[in-house]
Amino acid sequence: MIPDLEQALDRISRVRGVRGSMYVAADDGIVVAHLLMETVNGKAVAALAASLARKVEGAAAATGAGRVRFLQMDAADGTLLIAPAPRDLLVVTLADPRVNVGLCRLEMMRAAEAAA
Amino acid sequence: MTTTVVESWTERPLTRYVAQSSARLVVVMTPAGQVLAQHGFARAVDLMGVAALGAAIMASSGALADLVGEATFGALFHAGQRHGIHLAACRMPRGPLVILTVFGRETSIGLVGFFFDEFAAALRAAAPADRERGPVLAENFEAELGQSLASLFGR
Repeated sequence: MIPDLEQALDRISRVRGVRGSMYVAADDGIVVAHLLMETVNGKAVAALAASLARKVEGAAAATGAGRVRFLQMDAADGTLLIAPAPRDLLVVTLADPRVNVGLCRLEMMRAAEAAA
Repeated sequence: MTTTVVESWTERPLTRYVAQSSARLVVVMTPAGQVLAQHGFARAVDLMGVAALGAAIMASSGALADLVGEATFGALFHAGQRHGIHLAACRMPRGPLVILTVFGRETSIGLVGFFFDEFAAALRAAAPADRERGPVLAENFEAELGQSLASLFGR
């Protein structure tokens, strides 16, 4: 299980501009597996990404939009991408603002499948 | 919800921690169970019970860590259906403090743990470093407990 997850994270990290990616427990906001640049505070990103995902899920449910499949937050100095995965996990990626989001998303969806 | 403190330097860090982490109840106490600050408790009897049990859990886990050759276990976390408990020690210039946080489904252990680290750093920065806290003696315990509760609940 863990080698599969690490391999999946490794594939995400090969996308140009990615600073790090991780599996996060959706309910707890705790890092399950990660591959991060040294400058990235994984604990903080995991906790805040899980919190963000939960709030967006609530908003989606309240508006009748259904299950959230992908989250993209663009900020001035970075991009946060979140994809729900099986086993109550989230695949979270932190990247530069100009990252190829399509490619990232593809690898994150593969990573989500790897967690099944 | 009210935040009350016995030692005023704890108030600002505690208020900030509660706001950031969305904690429901927080107790800042000495390892002997003497309360320095609290958030969310309405009754002295509840606070006394939680502080005593929290201090006892920390003492037990400390003894267990000693048995298996660990200096200390980090934070302890208990997950329930509706509430979680985060219990951790915080090293301070005047001796360690124990901080117990009770949180609900509106937040997560990840967020509480993340903001706890900031809280501990803020407490360390705010703490007076003039003297070490003395041991709690049985003869003084009840009087000190009474004084703390009077400060916290105004009775």
